[in-house]
Amino acid sequence: MTTVLATPELEATNERQKRRRGFFLALPAYIYLSLFFALPLLIVVVYSFATRTRSGGTALEEWNLESYRKLGEPIVTDILLRSLTLAIITTVICLVLAYPFSYFLATRRELTRNIMLVFVMIPFWSNFLVRNYAWRVLLGNDGPVSQLTEGIGLGETTILFTPTAIVLGLVYGFLPFMILPMYAAIERMDWSLLEASRDLGASGFQTFRKVTFPLSLPGVIAGSILVFIPSLGAYVTPQILGGGKKTMLGSYIVTQFLTARNWPVGAAVSTVLMFVMLMATLIYFRKGGRTL
Amino acid sequence: MGEENEAGDVASSADAAVTITGVTKRFGDVVAVDNVNLEIADGEFFAMLGPSGCGKTTTLRMIAGLEFPTEGSLKIFGDEVGTLPPNKRPVNTVFQNYALFPHMNVLDNVAFGLKMQGASKSEAASAASEMISLVQLGGMEKRKPSQLSGGQQQRVALARALVNKPKVLLLDEPLGALDLKLRQEMQTELKSLQRELGVSFVFVTHDQEEALTMSDRIAVMHEGKLLQVGSAEELYDRPVNRFVADFIGQTNLIDATVADADMIVLANGTKIMAPNPHLAGTKVAMSLRPESISIGASDDIPEEFQATSLQGEVSNVVYLGHSHVYTVEVDWMPLEVRTNATPTSQVYKPGSQVAIWWDRRSDWVVPDEGFSS
Repeated sequence: MTTVLATPELEATNERQKRRRGFFLALPAYIYLSLFFALPLLIVVVYSFATRTRSGGTALEEWNLESYRKLGEPIVTDILLRSLTLAIITTVICLVLAYPFSYFLATRRELTRNIMLVFVMIPFWSNFLVRNYAWRVLLGNDGPVSQLTEGIGLGETTILFTPTAIVLGLVYGFLPFMILPMYAAIERMDWSLLEASRDLGASGFQTFRKVTFPLSLPGVIAGSILVFIPSLGAYVTPQILGGGKKTMLGSYIVTQFLTARNWPVGAAVSTVLMFVMLMATLIYFRKGGRTL
Repeated sequence: MGEENEAGDVASSADAAVTITGVTKRFGDVVAVDNVNLEIADGEFFAMLGPSGCGKTTTLRMIAGLEFPTEGSLKIFGDEVGTLPPNKRPVNTVFQNYALFPHMNVLDNVAFGLKMQGASKSEAASAASEMISLVQLGGMEKRKPSQLSGGQQQRVALARALVNKPKVLLLDEPLGALDLKLRQEMQTELKSLQRELGVSFVFVTHDQEEALTMSDRIAVMHEGKLLQVGSAEELYDRPVNRFVADFIGQTNLIDATVADADMIVLANGTKIMAPNPHLAGTKVAMSLRPESISIGASDDIPEEFQATSLQGEVSNVVYLGHSHVYTVEVDWMPLEVRTNATPTSQVYKPGSQVAIWWDRRSDWVVPDEGFSS
């Protein structure tokens, strides 16, 4: 074998080759994502500027903002506001529940930690739809929860098909998405920083406010986005546990596409929703990503 | 056991910065610190020295309040602080990995302690900037810790602790992460900073050279026990046992048995003059520093050193510029001998038969029990 001396040119060629090799390896995913993700996305955006024909079809020739104008009507703003409120409440409840739990988890021995993490993820092993029906049984008029409250003299529970039931279901469904990134952020924190804070005269609470929380912020933000986004567009849970009585964004979009046959409006709502999510993600990278 | 420490020899305990009395720390079944008694004087540069796992860091953390003693009393300037949380103690720590807050810039890091104690934002900032210039980091206030070199981070950690005007500054292996040149620079700087501020510095190190160069007094620890406290000279010249003799500097440890108050018998039966306080028949080790030994021709031993000499053969010689280091095989073991190298000094080649001798005041007999290295 001969030894090849690495000259700058050789190194540059190597670099180019490496880059090209990476490109070919990524190509299948590129093609898949462009075909089945980017293209449909584009179609949705394009449709949102189109016009509904009288027969329920979509006329692409007439570009306008009619669908977006429709979003300003009280029916739609009501739905938007309700969805936003429920999504925010869900996110806050998840946050409050998940933070202490993640902290506890991160301070356990490795074995305990892994067992508990498995428990957090067990719900994912069964179908989301099935789990929502299980909640329906649980919260139903003759369900265990109702029987319990009646038994202890609090009367019948009638939360099924109310916003409370929706929030309960959403918290249940998305709590793991809050716990996992939060746990990851807390777990990799340098604990000697907390000692340093105490050493410098900070009380336990001051240490939490000035050191622990800011350091876990990336996890908090990531978790919040992962809960907020699917809550905002949730369809299954509001449908099953809310009984579809008070429509949320997800249901509204489905109705526009399937029942009202007004694709442009459905597409417009979807586009706005995507825009909100994009903004949320950008905020995450600006605020949280920086300290990562 | 030869571990009577000299805890009682610092003035009175009211003046002591730190008084540790009968402190033991257990983690489950492990005894990390075993019945330690220690006094650290106000304004003293004090080192805790020992191999890793000897309990020095645990002792420091107990002074800081990051661990609480299982038993015993711990006082800072006369006040019992045993179970006081760290934020209630008049001490600050420079952590081993610096533990700088990564989400704050240099100024906020240094101002942190003052703010926590209720100083106004502007007060804290001006005191912090002053301290930042004192450690020669002026102009770096807005940088994040990740944008600083190791040495600069070290200075920030120092400033962050000192700005709170602690009555005692604790340093956990403060120079461990720095390269040699920077370490030597920081040694000098720490020393002059300590003199300038007049505050007690208590620092933990496993590096005996660092301890010797910087400290007024040194405590040597091993397996949770405090073996000896003293100045560098005391530890070097009069170690209390085999472990300390071996750990501080380089030495030849020669196994022997006590014959009487003036004589010991070596393994090959040679009687050596060595005044000692031990009973006849006690197993001891004689510590003989390489630089205390002279080397010469076999029949050339000066009259007054006849009773403190051995015959041997040179097996190796290393030239270090300022000195020659010989390995001399006496009957049963190799001994290291260091002589000043001058253009006129005689050099003995490997294979030469030589005599070695030393002043009887320079050997030192330590009990052999316990701590073998």
